[in-house]
Amino acid sequence: MSEYIEHNEDGVSVGLVEKKFFTFAEPPNEMLLENGDKLGPVTIAYETCGKLNADKSNVIFVLHALSGDSHVAGYYQGDDPKPGWWDIMVGPGKGIDTDKYFVICSNILGGCMGSTGPSSINPKTDKPYGLDFPFVTIGDMVQAQKKLIDHLGITKILSLIGGSIGGMQVLEWCAKYPEMALSAIPLATTARHSALAIAFNEVARQAIMADPHWIGGNYYAGEKPDLGLAVARMIGHITYLSDESMRLKFGRRLQEKKDFSFNFDADFQVESYLRYQGTKFVERFDANSFLYITKASDYFALDDQHGSGSLVEAFSKAGGKFLVVSFTSDWLYPTYQSKALVQAMKKNGLDVSFCEIEAEWGHDAFLLPNERLAAMVKGFLDRVYNETRY
Amino acid sequence: MRFDLQIIASWIEPGSKVLDLGCGQGVLLHFLKEKKQAVCAGIECVESKVGKSIERGLSVLQGDINEEILDYPDDTFDYVILSQTLQQVYEPAKLIQSLLRVGKKGIVSFPNFGHWRVRLQLLLTGHAPITKQLPYEWHDTPNIRVISIKDFRKFSRDVGFDILREEAINTINHEKRGNIIKFHPNLRSTYGIFLIGKEKT
Repeated sequence: MSEYIEHNEDGVSVGLVEKKFFTFAEPPNEMLLENGDKLGPVTIAYETCGKLNADKSNVIFVLHALSGDSHVAGYYQGDDPKPGWWDIMVGPGKGIDTDKYFVICSNILGGCMGSTGPSSINPKTDKPYGLDFPFVTIGDMVQAQKKLIDHLGITKILSLIGGSIGGMQVLEWCAKYPEMALSAIPLATTARHSALAIAFNEVARQAIMADPHWIGGNYYAGEKPDLGLAVARMIGHITYLSDESMRLKFGRRLQEKKDFSFNFDADFQVESYLRYQGTKFVERFDANSFLYITKASDYFALDDQHGSGSLVEAFSKAGGKFLVVSFTSDWLYPTYQSKALVQAMKKNGLDVSFCEIEAEWGHDAFLLPNERLAAMVKGFLDRVYNETRY
Repeated sequence: MRFDLQIIASWIEPGSKVLDLGCGQGVLLHFLKEKKQAVCAGIECVESKVGKSIERGLSVLQGDINEEILDYPDDTFDYVILSQTLQQVYEPAKLIQSLLRVGKKGIVSFPNFGHWRVRLQLLLTGHAPITKQLPYEWHDTPNIRVISIKDFRKFSRDVGFDILREEAINTINHEKRGNIIKFHPNLRSTYGIFLIGKEKT
Protein backbone atom coordinates (compact mmCIF):
# COMPACT_ATOMS: atom_id res chain seq x y z
CA MET A 1 0.00 0.00 0.00
CA SER A 2 1.16 3.50 -0.55
CA GLU A 3 0.85 6.83 1.07
CA TYR A 4 -2.26 8.74 0.20
CA ILE A 5 -2.77 10.08 3.68
CA GLU A 6 -4.71 13.28 3.49
CA HIS A 7 -6.29 15.58 5.94
CA ASN A 8 -10.02 15.30 5.94
CA GLU A 9 -11.33 18.27 4.01
CA ASP A 10 -13.85 19.22 6.67
CA GLY A 11 -11.32 18.65 9.44
CA VAL A 12 -13.23 15.76 11.04
CA SER A 13 -10.81 13.61 13.01
CA VAL A 14 -10.60 11.37 16.05
CA GLY A 15 -8.10 13.91 17.37
CA LEU A 16 -5.09 12.93 19.45
CA VAL A 17 -4.15 9.29 19.78
CA GLU A 18 -1.37 7.55 21.66
CA LYS A 19 0.83 4.64 20.65
CA LYS A 20 0.85 2.01 23.40
CA PHE A 21 2.88 -1.16 23.84
CA PHE A 22 2.07 -4.63 25.10
CA THR A 23 4.85 -7.09 25.87
CA PHE A 24 4.37 -10.82 26.40
CA ALA A 25 6.15 -14.15 25.87
CA GLU A 26 8.95 -13.32 28.26
CA PRO A 27 11.49 -16.16 28.38
CA PRO A 28 11.19 -18.95 29.26
CA ASN A 29 7.56 -18.72 28.06
CA GLU A 30 8.38 -17.70 24.51
CA MET A 31 5.86 -17.62 21.70
CA LEU A 32 5.92 -20.80 19.61
CA LEU A 33 5.93 -19.89 15.93
CA GLU A 34 4.42 -21.92 13.11
CA ASN A 35 7.85 -22.98 11.83
CA GLY A 36 8.73 -24.39 15.27
CA ASP A 37 11.01 -21.51 16.36
CA LYS A 38 10.50 -19.67 19.62
CA LEU A 39 10.41 -15.90 20.01
CA GLY A 40 10.32 -13.80 23.14
CA PRO A 41 9.81 -11.36 24.56
CA VAL A 42 7.37 -10.01 21.98
CA THR A 43 6.18 -6.41 21.97
CA ILE A 44 3.15 -5.26 20.00
CA ALA A 45 2.57 -1.56 19.37
CA TYR A 46 -1.08 -0.59 19.18
CA GLU A 47 -3.46 2.35 19.16
CA THR A 48 -7.14 2.70 19.89
CA CYS A 49 -9.79 5.24 18.92
CA GLY A 50 -13.32 5.64 20.21
CA LYS A 51 -14.71 4.22 23.43
CA LEU A 52 -15.11 0.58 24.40
CA ASN A 53 -18.73 0.12 25.52
CA ALA A 54 -19.73 -1.58 28.76
CA ASP A 55 -20.35 -5.04 27.29
CA LYS A 56 -17.33 -4.75 24.95
CA SER A 57 -19.52 -5.39 21.94
CA ASN A 58 -18.31 -2.54 19.71
CA VAL A 59 -14.77 -3.65 18.87
CA ILE A 60 -13.48 -3.14 15.33
CA PHE A 61 -10.00 -4.50 14.68
CA VAL A 62 -8.18 -2.90 11.74
CA LEU A 63 -5.34 -4.96 10.25
CA HIS A 64 -2.75 -3.04 8.28
CA ALA A 65 -0.93 -4.02 5.11
CA LEU A 66 2.77 -4.27 4.25
CA SER A 67 3.93 -0.75 5.01
CA GLY A 68 1.23 0.40 7.44
CA ASP A 69 1.46 0.67 11.19
CA SER A 70 -0.67 1.03 14.31
CA HIS A 71 -1.32 4.71 13.52
CA VAL A 72 -4.61 4.18 11.73
CA ALA A 73 -6.21 7.57 12.40
CA GLY A 74 -5.81 10.86 14.22
CA TYR A 75 -2.65 12.66 15.29
CA TYR A 76 0.04 12.08 17.90
CA GLN A 77 0.46 15.82 18.31
CA GLY A 78 -1.56 18.78 17.15
CA ASP A 79 1.08 19.89 14.68
CA ASP A 80 1.65 16.51 12.96
CA PRO A 81 1.81 17.14 9.20
CA LYS A 82 -0.28 14.03 8.48
CA PRO A 83 -2.91 11.95 10.25
CA GLY A 84 -2.91 8.13 10.50
CA TRP A 85 -2.89 6.07 7.30
CA TRP A 86 -6.65 5.40 7.13
CA ASP A 87 -7.93 8.66 8.55
CA ILE A 88 -10.36 8.96 5.63
CA MET A 89 -12.15 5.80 6.82
CA VAL A 90 -11.75 5.89 10.60
CA GLY A 91 -13.20 8.80 12.57
CA PRO A 92 -16.39 10.41 13.83
CA GLY A 93 -19.21 9.78 11.35
CA LYS A 94 -16.86 8.08 8.87
CA GLY A 95 -17.12 4.56 7.36
CA ILE A 96 -15.81 3.18 10.66
CA ASP A 97 -17.54 5.57 13.03
CA THR A 98 -15.47 6.19 16.16
CA ASP A 99 -18.50 7.76 17.86
CA LYS A 100 -20.01 4.28 17.83
CA TYR A 101 -17.16 1.79 17.65
CA PHE A 102 -13.95 1.10 19.53
CA VAL A 103 -11.21 0.76 16.91
CA ILE A 104 -7.97 -1.10 17.56
CA CYS A 105 -5.00 -1.23 15.20
CA SER A 106 -1.65 -2.87 16.00
CA ASN A 107 1.66 -3.05 14.18
CA ILE A 108 2.27 -6.54 12.82
CA LEU A 109 4.82 -8.95 14.25
CA GLY A 110 7.96 -8.63 12.10
CA GLY A 111 7.25 -4.96 11.45
CA CYS A 112 9.40 -1.99 12.33
CA MET A 113 6.97 0.55 13.79
CA GLY A 114 7.08 -0.47 17.44
CA SER A 115 6.34 -4.20 17.31
CA THR A 116 9.05 -6.83 17.58
CA GLY A 117 10.78 -7.41 14.26
CA PRO A 118 14.22 -7.96 12.74
CA SER A 119 15.35 -4.45 13.76
CA SER A 120 14.48 -5.10 17.43
CA ILE A 121 17.18 -5.95 19.95
CA ASN A 122 17.78 -9.67 20.36
CA PRO A 123 18.02 -10.17 24.15
CA LYS A 124 20.51 -12.99 23.63
CA THR A 125 23.05 -10.78 21.86
CA ASP A 126 21.98 -7.26 22.80
CA LYS A 127 22.17 -6.45 19.09
CA PRO A 128 19.41 -6.17 16.48
CA TYR A 129 18.15 -9.56 15.34
CA GLY A 130 18.84 -9.05 11.66
CA LEU A 131 18.46 -12.41 9.92
CA ASP A 132 18.52 -14.19 13.29
CA PHE A 133 14.91 -13.09 13.53
CA PRO A 134 12.76 -16.19 13.00
CA PHE A 135 10.52 -16.52 9.96
CA VAL A 136 7.11 -15.29 11.04
CA THR A 137 3.93 -16.13 9.16
CA ILE A 138 0.56 -14.41 8.76
CA GLY A 139 -0.63 -17.00 11.31
CA ASP A 140 2.06 -15.87 13.78
CA MET A 141 1.09 -12.23 13.29
CA VAL A 142 -2.51 -13.14 14.08
CA GLN A 143 -1.47 -15.22 17.09
CA ALA A 144 0.34 -12.15 18.48
CA GLN A 145 -2.73 -9.98 17.80
CA LYS A 146 -4.86 -12.49 19.68
CA LYS A 147 -2.59 -12.09 22.72
CA LEU A 148 -3.16 -8.34 22.56
CA ILE A 149 -6.94 -8.76 22.29
CA ASP A 150 -6.90 -11.17 25.26
CA HIS A 151 -4.80 -8.66 27.20
CA LEU A 152 -7.44 -5.98 26.51
CA GLY A 153 -10.09 -8.31 27.96
CA ILE A 154 -11.99 -8.60 24.69
CA THR A 155 -13.65 -11.91 23.84
CA LYS A 156 -15.61 -11.04 20.67
CA ILE A 157 -14.62 -8.79 17.79
CA LEU A 158 -17.56 -7.16 16.05
CA SER A 159 -15.60 -6.83 12.83
CA LEU A 160 -12.11 -7.39 11.47
CA ILE A 161 -11.21 -5.22 8.53
CA GLY A 162 -8.10 -4.95 6.39
CA GLY A 163 -6.85 -4.70 2.83
CA SER A 164 -4.10 -6.57 0.99
CA ILE A 165 -1.83 -8.30 3.55
CA GLY A 166 -4.19 -6.86 6.18
CA GLY A 167 -6.96 -8.78 4.40
CA MET A 168 -4.93 -11.98 4.72
CA GLN A 169 -4.80 -11.42 8.48
CA VAL A 170 -8.59 -10.89 8.47
CA LEU A 171 -9.04 -14.26 6.74
CA GLU A 172 -6.54 -15.96 9.04
CA TRP A 173 -8.43 -14.65 12.08
CA CYS A 174 -11.69 -16.11 10.78
CA ALA A 175 -10.11 -19.52 10.24
CA LYS A 176 -7.97 -19.57 13.40
CA TYR A 177 -10.30 -17.96 15.96
CA PRO A 178 -13.75 -18.28 14.35
CA GLU A 179 -15.58 -18.03 17.67
CA MET A 180 -14.20 -14.51 18.20
CA ALA A 181 -14.83 -13.07 14.73
CA LEU A 182 -18.45 -11.97 14.45
CA SER A 183 -17.87 -10.40 11.05
CA ALA A 184 -15.07 -9.60 8.66
CA ILE A 185 -14.32 -7.25 5.79
CA PRO A 186 -11.45 -8.54 3.62
CA LEU A 187 -10.60 -5.85 1.06
CA ALA A 188 -8.54 -6.24 -2.12
CA THR A 189 -7.02 -9.46 -0.87
CA THR A 190 -6.55 -13.13 -1.61
CA ALA A 191 -6.47 -16.54 0.04
CA ARG A 192 -3.07 -17.12 -1.55
CA HIS A 193 -0.57 -15.19 -3.64
CA SER A 194 -0.50 -15.85 -7.35
CA ALA A 195 2.82 -16.58 -9.03
CA LEU A 196 2.64 -13.00 -10.33
CA ALA A 197 2.45 -11.55 -6.82
CA ILE A 198 5.26 -13.81 -5.57
CA ALA A 199 7.36 -12.83 -8.60
CA PHE A 200 7.07 -9.11 -7.86
CA ASN A 201 7.88 -9.70 -4.20
CA GLU A 202 10.93 -11.75 -5.15
CA VAL A 203 12.28 -9.04 -7.45
CA ALA A 204 11.77 -6.52 -4.65
CA ARG A 205 13.61 -8.75 -2.17
CA GLN A 206 16.45 -9.31 -4.64
CA ALA A 207 16.83 -5.55 -5.01
CA ILE A 208 17.36 -5.25 -1.25
CA MET A 209 19.70 -8.23 -0.98
CA ALA A 210 21.77 -7.01 -3.95
CA ASP A 211 22.47 -3.72 -2.20
CA PRO A 212 26.11 -3.87 -0.95
CA HIS A 213 24.98 -2.23 2.29
CA TRP A 214 22.61 -5.07 3.12
CA ILE A 215 25.51 -7.34 4.22
CA GLY A 216 23.40 -10.37 4.98
CA GLY A 217 20.89 -8.29 6.89
CA ASN A 218 23.49 -7.16 9.39
CA TYR A 219 23.55 -3.47 8.55
CA TYR A 220 22.17 -1.84 11.68
CA ALA A 221 25.52 -0.47 12.87
CA GLY A 222 26.35 1.28 9.60
CA GLU A 223 24.89 2.50 6.36
CA LYS A 224 21.56 0.94 5.42
CA PRO A 225 20.57 -0.71 2.13
CA ASP A 226 18.56 2.36 1.17
CA LEU A 227 19.03 2.01 -2.56
CA GLY A 228 17.83 -1.58 -2.56
CA LEU A 229 14.85 -0.79 -0.37
CA ALA A 230 13.94 2.19 -2.55
CA VAL A 231 13.97 0.01 -5.68
CA ALA A 232 11.87 -2.59 -3.84
CA ARG A 233 9.35 0.11 -3.03
CA MET A 234 9.33 1.33 -6.64
CA ILE A 235 8.45 -2.19 -7.81
CA GLY A 236 5.72 -2.32 -5.19
CA HIS A 237 4.23 0.94 -6.39
CA ILE A 238 3.99 -0.33 -9.95
CA THR A 239 1.91 -3.24 -8.72
CA TYR A 240 -0.32 -0.97 -6.61
CA LEU A 241 -1.30 1.15 -9.62
CA SER A 242 -2.69 -0.04 -12.92
CA ASP A 243 -2.19 0.59 -16.62
CA GLU A 244 -5.19 2.90 -16.56
CA SER A 245 -4.20 4.81 -13.42
CA MET A 246 -0.67 5.33 -14.73
CA ARG A 247 -2.01 6.62 -18.04
CA LEU A 248 -4.28 9.05 -16.22
CA LYS A 249 -1.79 10.09 -13.59
CA PHE A 250 1.38 10.34 -15.68
CA GLY A 251 0.96 9.33 -19.30
CA ARG A 252 4.27 10.06 -21.00
CA ARG A 253 4.47 13.53 -19.51
CA LEU A 254 7.93 14.84 -18.68
CA GLN A 255 8.92 16.07 -15.24
CA GLU A 256 9.66 19.80 -15.25
CA LYS A 257 11.29 19.75 -18.66
CA LYS A 258 10.33 20.22 -22.28
CA ASP A 259 12.59 17.65 -23.88
CA PHE A 260 14.53 14.52 -23.05
CA SER A 261 17.72 15.07 -21.09
CA PHE A 262 19.60 12.29 -22.90
CA ASN A 263 21.00 11.03 -19.63
CA PHE A 264 19.60 8.70 -16.93
CA ASP A 265 17.92 11.34 -14.83
CA ALA A 266 14.19 11.04 -14.23
CA ASP A 267 12.76 12.46 -17.46
CA PHE A 268 9.24 11.08 -17.20
CA GLN A 269 6.84 11.98 -14.44
CA VAL A 270 6.34 8.30 -13.69
CA GLU A 271 10.09 7.89 -13.09
CA SER A 272 10.16 10.90 -10.83
CA TYR A 273 7.13 9.64 -8.90
CA LEU A 274 8.65 6.21 -8.32
CA ARG A 275 11.99 7.69 -7.23
CA TYR A 276 10.22 10.00 -4.81
CA GLN A 277 8.16 7.16 -3.33
CA GLY A 278 11.28 5.03 -3.00
CA THR A 279 13.30 7.74 -1.26
CA LYS A 280 10.50 8.64 1.10
CA PHE A 281 9.95 5.01 2.08
CA VAL A 282 13.51 4.35 3.26
CA GLU A 283 13.18 7.12 5.85
CA ARG A 284 10.60 5.13 7.75
CA PHE A 285 10.92 1.46 6.87
CA ASP A 286 13.37 -1.30 7.70
CA ALA A 287 14.67 -3.36 4.78
CA ASN A 288 14.72 -6.62 6.74
CA SER A 289 11.10 -6.09 7.82
CA PHE A 290 10.24 -5.72 4.14
CA LEU A 291 11.92 -9.08 3.43
CA TYR A 292 10.19 -10.88 6.30
CA ILE A 293 6.71 -9.48 5.71
CA THR A 294 6.70 -10.07 1.95
CA LYS A 295 7.90 -13.63 2.51
CA ALA A 296 5.13 -14.18 5.07
CA SER A 297 2.58 -12.98 2.52
CA ASP A 298 4.02 -15.33 -0.13
CA TYR A 299 3.83 -18.29 2.27
CA PHE A 300 0.21 -17.53 3.14
CA ALA A 301 -2.23 -20.09 1.71
CA LEU A 302 -5.47 -20.20 3.65
CA ASP A 303 -6.65 -23.32 1.83
CA ASP A 304 -3.47 -25.30 2.58
CA GLN A 305 -3.05 -24.05 6.13
CA HIS A 306 -6.65 -24.37 7.28
CA GLY A 307 -8.42 -26.64 4.82
CA SER A 308 -5.98 -29.36 3.72
CA GLY A 309 -5.91 -27.72 0.30
CA SER A 310 -9.61 -26.85 0.16
CA LEU A 311 -10.73 -23.25 0.51
CA VAL A 312 -14.27 -24.45 1.27
CA GLU A 313 -12.91 -26.53 4.14
CA ALA A 314 -10.87 -23.55 5.38
CA PHE A 315 -14.10 -21.63 6.06
CA SER A 316 -15.95 -24.59 7.56
CA LYS A 317 -15.55 -23.34 11.13
CA ALA A 318 -16.25 -19.67 10.36
CA GLY A 319 -19.64 -18.45 11.44
CA GLY A 320 -19.50 -14.70 11.04
CA LYS A 321 -20.86 -12.40 8.38
CA PHE A 322 -18.61 -11.28 5.55
CA LEU A 323 -18.27 -8.30 3.26
CA VAL A 324 -15.74 -9.03 0.52
CA VAL A 325 -14.65 -6.14 -1.70
CA SER A 326 -12.42 -6.09 -4.78
CA PHE A 327 -11.56 -3.33 -7.25
CA THR A 328 -11.86 -3.58 -11.02
CA SER A 329 -8.34 -2.34 -11.82
CA ASP A 330 -6.50 -4.30 -9.11
CA TRP A 331 -4.12 -6.57 -11.00
CA LEU A 332 -2.14 -7.60 -7.91
CA TYR A 333 -5.17 -9.25 -6.28
CA PRO A 334 -7.64 -9.47 -9.16
CA THR A 335 -11.36 -9.93 -8.60
CA TYR A 336 -11.30 -13.65 -9.40
CA GLN A 337 -9.35 -14.16 -6.18
CA SER A 338 -12.03 -12.39 -4.12
CA LYS A 339 -14.71 -14.37 -5.94
CA ALA A 340 -12.99 -17.60 -4.93
CA LEU A 341 -13.33 -16.48 -1.31
CA VAL A 342 -16.99 -15.63 -1.81
CA GLN A 343 -17.65 -18.98 -3.46
CA ALA A 344 -16.06 -20.90 -0.59
CA MET A 345 -18.08 -18.88 1.94
CA LYS A 346 -21.32 -19.53 0.05
CA LYS A 347 -20.63 -23.25 -0.10
CA ASN A 348 -20.46 -23.14 3.69
CA GLY A 349 -23.81 -21.38 3.84
CA LEU A 350 -22.19 -18.23 5.27
CA ASP A 351 -23.75 -14.78 5.11
CA VAL A 352 -21.59 -13.03 2.53
CA SER A 353 -21.86 -9.77 0.63
CA PHE A 354 -19.56 -8.99 -2.25
CA CYS A 355 -18.95 -5.94 -4.40
CA GLU A 356 -16.42 -5.32 -7.13
CA ILE A 357 -16.00 -1.56 -6.96
CA GLU A 358 -15.32 0.19 -10.23
CA ALA A 359 -12.08 2.04 -9.55
CA GLU A 360 -9.26 3.03 -11.83
CA TRP A 361 -6.58 3.29 -9.15
CA GLY A 362 -5.48 -0.35 -9.05
CA HIS A 363 -4.72 -2.21 -5.85
CA ASP A 364 -4.28 1.04 -3.93
CA ALA A 365 -7.94 1.94 -4.46
CA PHE A 366 -8.84 0.62 -1.01
CA LEU A 367 -6.78 3.38 0.60
CA LEU A 368 -8.19 6.22 -1.47
CA PRO A 369 -11.27 8.24 -0.65
CA ASN A 370 -14.17 6.21 -2.00
CA GLU A 371 -17.73 7.05 -1.07
CA ARG A 372 -19.04 3.68 -2.12
CA LEU A 373 -16.56 1.78 0.03
CA ALA A 374 -17.14 4.02 3.06
CA ALA A 375 -20.94 3.76 2.70
CA MET A 376 -20.86 -0.02 2.30
CA VAL A 377 -18.56 -0.48 5.30
CA LYS A 378 -20.82 1.74 7.37
CA GLY A 379 -24.01 -0.08 6.31
CA PHE A 380 -22.42 -3.48 6.89
CA LEU A 381 -21.08 -2.58 10.33
CA ASP A 382 -24.43 -1.12 11.39
CA ARG A 383 -26.12 -4.33 10.33
CA VAL A 384 -23.76 -6.66 12.18
CA TYR A 385 -23.88 -4.41 15.23
CA ASN A 386 -27.69 -4.61 15.25
CA GLU A 387 -27.91 -8.31 14.39
CA THR A 388 -25.08 -9.54 16.59
CA ARG A 389 -25.97 -8.29 20.02
CA TYR A 390 -24.47 -10.66 22.52
CA MET B 1 -43.35 -0.69 -3.27
CA ARG B 2 -44.53 -2.00 -6.64
CA PHE B 3 -47.84 -3.87 -6.63
CA ASP B 4 -46.29 -7.14 -7.87
CA LEU B 5 -43.71 -6.99 -5.08
CA GLN B 6 -46.50 -6.42 -2.54
CA ILE B 7 -48.12 -9.66 -3.72
CA ILE B 8 -44.83 -11.54 -3.54
CA ALA B 9 -44.19 -10.21 -0.02
CA SER B 10 -47.66 -11.30 1.09
CA TRP B 11 -46.84 -14.90 0.17
CA ILE B 12 -43.74 -15.11 2.34
CA GLU B 13 -44.02 -16.56 5.85
CA PRO B 14 -42.48 -14.42 8.61
CA GLY B 15 -38.93 -15.40 9.58
CA SER B 16 -38.22 -17.14 6.28
CA LYS B 17 -34.84 -17.36 4.61
CA VAL B 18 -35.12 -15.59 1.26
CA LEU B 19 -32.86 -15.21 -1.77
CA ASP B 20 -33.76 -12.55 -4.36
CA LEU B 21 -32.19 -13.14 -7.79
CA GLY B 22 -31.63 -9.77 -9.44
CA CYS B 23 -32.53 -7.84 -6.30
CA GLY B 24 -31.78 -4.37 -7.68
CA GLN B 25 -31.37 -1.86 -4.87
CA GLY B 26 -32.94 -4.32 -2.46
CA VAL B 27 -36.41 -2.75 -2.12
CA LEU B 28 -38.21 -6.07 -1.69
CA LEU B 29 -35.53 -7.59 0.56
CA HIS B 30 -35.50 -4.52 2.76
CA PHE B 31 -39.27 -4.75 3.13
CA LEU B 32 -39.12 -8.48 3.94
CA LYS B 33 -36.38 -7.91 6.47
CA GLU B 34 -38.21 -5.10 8.24
CA LYS B 35 -41.81 -6.34 8.05
CA LYS B 36 -41.42 -10.10 7.91
CA GLN B 37 -38.20 -10.54 9.91
CA ALA B 38 -36.89 -12.50 6.95
CA VAL B 39 -33.25 -13.53 6.70
CA CYS B 40 -32.37 -12.06 3.34
CA ALA B 41 -29.76 -12.50 0.65
CA GLY B 42 -29.64 -11.03 -2.83
CA ILE B 43 -27.70 -11.33 -6.06
CA GLU B 44 -27.38 -8.36 -8.40
CA CYS B 45 -25.04 -7.68 -11.31
CA VAL B 46 -24.97 -3.86 -11.31
CA GLU B 47 -22.24 -2.49 -9.02
CA SER B 48 -24.09 0.68 -7.98
CA LYS B 49 -27.22 -1.29 -7.02
CA VAL B 50 -25.15 -3.81 -5.05
CA GLY B 51 -23.51 -0.90 -3.26
CA LYS B 52 -26.87 0.66 -2.38
CA SER B 53 -28.21 -2.67 -1.09
CA ILE B 54 -25.21 -3.24 1.16
CA GLU B 55 -25.41 0.35 2.39
CA ARG B 56 -28.96 -0.24 3.56
CA GLY B 57 -27.82 -3.24 5.55
CA LEU B 58 -28.64 -6.12 3.22
CA SER B 59 -26.53 -9.14 2.42
CA VAL B 60 -26.10 -8.87 -1.32
CA LEU B 61 -23.44 -10.11 -3.66
CA GLN B 62 -22.47 -8.92 -7.08
CA GLY B 63 -22.54 -11.41 -9.91
CA ASP B 64 -24.47 -13.25 -12.58
CA ILE B 65 -27.50 -15.02 -11.11
CA ASN B 66 -27.03 -18.06 -13.37
CA GLU B 67 -23.53 -18.65 -11.99
CA GLU B 68 -23.85 -17.40 -8.44
CA ILE B 69 -26.81 -19.65 -7.64
CA LEU B 70 -24.71 -22.73 -8.30
CA ASP B 71 -22.58 -22.38 -5.14
CA TYR B 72 -25.33 -22.61 -2.53
CA PRO B 73 -25.96 -25.92 -0.77
CA ASP B 74 -29.35 -27.64 -1.38
CA ASP B 75 -32.39 -26.16 0.37
CA THR B 76 -30.44 -23.19 1.75
CA PHE B 77 -33.47 -20.91 1.40
CA ASP B 78 -37.19 -21.14 2.11
CA TYR B 79 -37.97 -18.97 -0.91
CA VAL B 80 -35.96 -18.00 -3.97
CA ILE B 81 -37.45 -15.05 -5.86
CA LEU B 82 -37.02 -14.37 -9.58
CA SER B 83 -38.96 -11.17 -10.08
CA GLN B 84 -39.46 -9.90 -13.65
CA THR B 85 -36.21 -11.45 -14.79
CA LEU B 86 -37.23 -14.79 -16.35
CA GLN B 87 -37.77 -13.07 -19.72
CA GLN B 88 -34.07 -12.09 -19.70
CA VAL B 89 -32.64 -15.49 -18.86
CA TYR B 90 -30.74 -17.43 -21.52
CA GLU B 91 -31.39 -20.88 -20.06
CA PRO B 92 -34.68 -20.60 -18.12
CA ALA B 93 -35.15 -24.32 -17.45
CA LYS B 94 -31.67 -24.65 -15.99
CA LEU B 95 -32.14 -21.60 -13.79
CA ILE B 96 -35.53 -22.79 -12.50
CA GLN B 97 -33.99 -26.15 -11.63
CA SER B 98 -31.16 -24.43 -9.73
CA LEU B 99 -33.70 -22.21 -8.03
CA LEU B 100 -35.67 -25.20 -6.77
CA ARG B 101 -32.47 -26.93 -5.70
CA VAL B 102 -31.23 -24.13 -3.41
CA GLY B 103 -34.73 -23.10 -2.33
CA LYS B 104 -37.63 -25.10 -0.95
CA LYS B 105 -39.99 -22.91 -2.95
CA GLY B 106 -39.63 -20.39 -5.72
CA ILE B 107 -41.53 -17.26 -6.66
CA VAL B 108 -41.35 -16.32 -10.32
CA SER B 109 -42.97 -13.30 -11.97
CA PHE B 110 -42.87 -11.99 -15.52
CA PRO B 111 -44.68 -9.57 -17.85
CA ASN B 112 -47.52 -11.40 -19.58
CA PHE B 113 -47.06 -11.45 -23.35
CA GLY B 114 -50.55 -12.84 -23.76
CA HIS B 115 -52.15 -9.51 -22.78
CA TRP B 116 -54.72 -8.25 -25.30
CA ARG B 117 -52.79 -5.03 -26.03
CA VAL B 118 -49.80 -7.10 -27.08
CA ARG B 119 -51.92 -9.31 -29.28
CA LEU B 120 -53.73 -6.37 -30.79
CA GLN B 121 -50.57 -4.40 -31.55
CA LEU B 122 -49.07 -7.22 -33.54
CA LEU B 123 -52.36 -7.91 -35.30
CA LEU B 124 -53.17 -4.32 -36.23
CA THR B 125 -49.76 -2.69 -36.79
CA GLY B 126 -47.64 -5.69 -37.76
CA HIS B 127 -44.84 -4.38 -35.52
CA ALA B 128 -43.23 -6.23 -32.64
CA PRO B 129 -45.28 -5.08 -29.64
CA ILE B 130 -44.02 -2.37 -27.28
CA THR B 131 -45.88 -1.95 -24.00
CA LYS B 132 -45.40 -0.23 -20.65
CA GLN B 133 -44.25 -3.55 -19.24
CA LEU B 134 -41.99 -4.35 -22.19
CA PRO B 135 -40.98 -0.88 -23.39
CA TYR B 136 -38.11 -1.76 -25.75
CA GLU B 137 -37.59 -2.00 -29.50
CA TRP B 138 -36.83 -5.52 -30.70
CA HIS B 139 -33.16 -4.63 -31.27
CA ASP B 140 -32.35 -3.03 -27.91
CA THR B 141 -34.39 -5.12 -25.53
CA PRO B 142 -32.82 -7.06 -22.64
CA ASN B 143 -35.96 -9.23 -22.76
CA ILE B 144 -34.84 -12.05 -24.99
CA ARG B 145 -37.91 -14.20 -24.28
CA VAL B 146 -41.62 -13.60 -24.49
CA ILE B 147 -43.76 -15.53 -22.04
CA SER B 148 -47.49 -15.73 -21.52
CA ILE B 149 -49.26 -17.07 -18.46
CA LYS B 150 -50.37 -20.10 -20.45
CA ASP B 151 -46.80 -20.67 -21.62
CA PHE B 152 -45.53 -20.71 -18.04
CA ARG B 153 -48.09 -23.33 -17.04
CA LYS B 154 -46.95 -25.50 -19.96
CA PHE B 155 -43.31 -24.80 -19.00
CA SER B 156 -43.99 -26.18 -15.51
CA ARG B 157 -45.14 -29.48 -17.02
CA ASP B 158 -42.24 -29.62 -19.52
CA VAL B 159 -39.53 -28.88 -16.95
CA GLY B 160 -41.23 -30.74 -14.12
CA PHE B 161 -42.14 -28.47 -11.25
CA ASP B 162 -45.38 -27.76 -9.42
CA ILE B 163 -47.32 -24.51 -9.46
CA LEU B 164 -48.51 -24.07 -5.88
CA ARG B 165 -50.19 -20.74 -6.29
CA GLU B 166 -50.66 -18.17 -9.00
CA GLU B 167 -51.87 -14.63 -9.27
CA ALA B 168 -52.44 -12.57 -12.37
CA ILE B 169 -52.38 -8.82 -11.92
CA ASN B 170 -53.08 -5.65 -13.82
CA THR B 171 -51.00 -2.73 -12.63
CA ILE B 172 -51.97 0.93 -12.77
CA ASN B 173 -50.69 4.27 -11.56
CA HIS B 174 -46.88 3.83 -11.87
CA GLU B 175 -47.37 0.20 -10.88
CA LYS B 176 -47.85 1.05 -7.20
CA ARG B 177 -51.45 -0.10 -7.32
CA GLY B 178 -53.15 -2.83 -9.25
CA ASN B 179 -55.95 -5.34 -9.53
CA ILE B 180 -55.99 -9.06 -9.27
CA ILE B 181 -57.39 -10.60 -12.44
CA LYS B 182 -59.45 -13.74 -12.03
CA PHE B 183 -61.38 -13.74 -15.30
CA HIS B 184 -59.36 -14.51 -18.45
CA PRO B 185 -56.01 -13.73 -16.81
CA ASN B 186 -53.92 -14.57 -19.88
CA LEU B 187 -55.82 -11.99 -21.88
CA ARG B 188 -56.30 -9.28 -19.27
CA SER B 189 -53.32 -9.27 -16.89
CA THR B 190 -50.01 -7.44 -17.33
CA TYR B 191 -48.02 -9.68 -15.01
CA GLY B 192 -48.12 -13.27 -13.81
CA ILE B 193 -46.78 -14.27 -10.41
CA PHE B 194 -46.26 -17.95 -9.55
CA LEU B 195 -45.33 -19.78 -6.39
CA ILE B 196 -43.60 -22.95 -7.45
CA GLY B 197 -42.26 -26.04 -5.74
CA LYS B 198 -40.43 -29.24 -6.48
CA GLU B 199 -42.51 -31.76 -8.40
CA LYS B 200 -44.27 -34.23 -6.17
CA THR B 201 -43.71 -37.69 -7.55
